[in-house]
Amino acid sequence: MSSEQDEESQSQPQSHGQGEGRSIRCLVAKVGLDGHDRGAHVISRAFRDAGFEVIYSGLHKAPDDIVQAAVQEDVDVLGISILSGAHDTLVPKIMDGLEEYGAREDTLVLVGGVIPEEDRPELKEEGVAAIFGPGTSIEETIEFVRENAPER
Amino acid sequence: MNADDQDLLDALLEGHHRALARTISKIENRAPGYRNLVSELYAHTGNADVIGITGSPGAGKSTLVDKLAETYRERGETVGIIAIDPSSPFTGGAVLGDRIRMASTIGDMDVFVRSMSARGTLGGLSTATADAVKAMDAFGKDKIIIETVGAGQNEVDIVRTADTVAVLVPPGSGDSVQTLKAGILEIADVFVVNKADRDGADRTVQELREMLHIGADVGFGGSGHHGADAMAGAGGTSTDDTDTDADTDADTDADSDEPDDWTPPIVETVATKGTGVDTFIDELAAHKSFLVDSGTHAEKVRQRYAEEIRTLLREDVNALLESELESAGGVDELAEAVRTGETDPYAIADDVLTPVADCLSEAEIEAVQAELNSQ
Repeated sequence: MSSEQDEESQSQPQSHGQGEGRSIRCLVAKVGLDGHDRGAHVISRAFRDAGFEVIYSGLHKAPDDIVQAAVQEDVDVLGISILSGAHDTLVPKIMDGLEEYGAREDTLVLVGGVIPEEDRPELKEEGVAAIFGPGTSIEETIEFVRENAPER
Repeated sequence: MNADDQDLLDALLEGHHRALARTISKIENRAPGYRNLVSELYAHTGNADVIGITGSPGAGKSTLVDKLAETYRERGETVGIIAIDPSSPFTGGAVLGDRIRMASTIGDMDVFVRSMSARGTLGGLSTATADAVKAMDAFGKDKIIIETVGAGQNEVDIVRTADTVAVLVPPGSGDSVQTLKAGILEIADVFVVNKADRDGADRTVQELREMLHIGADVGFGGSGHHGADAMAGAGGTSTDDTDTDADTDADTDADSDEPDDWTPPIVETVATKGTGVDTFIDELAAHKSFLVDSGTHAEKVRQRYAEEIRTLLREDVNALLESELESAGGVDELAEAVRTGETDPYAIADDVLTPVADCLSEAEIEAVQAELNSQ
C-alpha cells in the first residue's frame, strides 16, 4: 500500500459496505497445496458479517486461477491465505498475473497465515499491503480493509 | 459519456476482460455514468444465447452450469456466467459461493464467471443482471448463463431475462401437490431432474410428467409455462412477429391449441459425472430453434425489453420517493407517528405523493401550453 493511496482513501467519505450501491468485494483465496481452510472460512464469514461481498476460491488453487477470479470478479481486496510456506513463490506469481491484467494497482492484496518475519519485507516489496499472522484479531483485519480498500 | 467511460467501452468491445469486469462493477454499483455506458452497449448486443438456470438450493445448479460451460467450450463457444447468491438482509454482506464449484473451466478466461449478490434492492437485481448480460453479450460471449437460487419472486424476474429457462428439480422434492403450486416451475422451458442416479428420481420425473399432462389438459399456456410462449398463443392468429398483438396481456387468455406449442422436456442428468449434459444442451438448442421458428423469439425479446423499461422506471420513481421521504424528515419519524397512533401509512402515502402528483400535472400543463404557444 502506497502512502498516497492511504491519504486518498482517508480523504474521501467512506460509503462502503452498507445498503445499496457500493459494496466492498473480497476474494478470499487459498493458493497452493496446503489443505487447511478453517481460517479462510472464518475470515469469509467475518467479512460477510461486516457487510462485504466475499468470494471464496476453494482449496488448492493455482496462482493463475486466483488471478482469473480476481480479475473477473473485479474485487477490491484479495486476501491470500497461505500456511504451506510457499508464499515466496506463489505470491509473486499472483502479483505478476494481476499486473498482466492491469489489476495490480487498485487491488488491495493481503496475506494471512504463517509468514516468517524475515520473509515479510519481500512480500511488501511485491506489493502486499499487509500481512496478518496468527493471533491477528478479526476486527483489526476488517478495520484495515475498511480503511484501505481502494476507492475507484 | 465521459472519456473514461468511452475508454472502458472501447476496451470492452476490444475484448479486454478487465474492462468487462469493470463495466459490470459499475452496473452493480450504479456508479455515476453507468446508464450512458449501458445505453451504448445495446447497439452491440443480440448475438448471445441467454440461458437461465434455477432451482432449489442444493439441486446441483453450479455443478451443472460448470459442465455446461465445459461442453460449450469443447464446441468452441465462449461462455459468460452470472452466478447470483443471496445477501444478508442485516449487513448486506454475502458469501458468493458458486464459483468454487466451477472447477472444470478454471484457468480458461473464455469462461467469464461473475458472482452477484442481491444487495437488498427491490427489483434492482434483475436490472443489474439484465445489464450485466448486455455487457457480456456486447463483449462477444456466445452463451450467457444466469444461475440463481430458486427461492422467490426475485429469481423468477431474473431468469425471465433469459431466452430459455431451465429449472432443476432434485429427486424427492415433494409430492405432486408441490408441482401444482405456482411459481418457479411455471417458468420452465426445460426441466432437469439432476442427481438422476438417486432414489426417487423416477418418481420425480413421473410427477413432473403428470404436471405437464394436467397443464396440457386444462389448457393453460403450454403446460405450465407462460410468458412469451403463452403470448405466442395469444397472438397466434398471426405469423408476423411484428404484429401489434404484443399488447395482449401475456399471462391471460393463452390457449395451448397451437399445434407447435412448446412442451417443456424433462431431462435427467447427473451433473457430477456429466451424464445427460449433451441431451440437456440439445434441448436448450431445440427450445431456441422453437423460439426462432415460431416467431416467439421476437415477442419474447419485446416482452423482456418492456419489463426492463418498467423496472427501470420503477427504480427511478423509487429513488424520487426516497428523496421525497428524506425531505419529509425521514421515514423513521413517520413510522413512529404511525406507531403512536397519530396517523396511518395510507394518510402518509397520500401526503407524500400529493405534491409529486401536483408537480407532474403542472409539468404536463406547462408542456401543453408550450406546445400551444409554439403553434
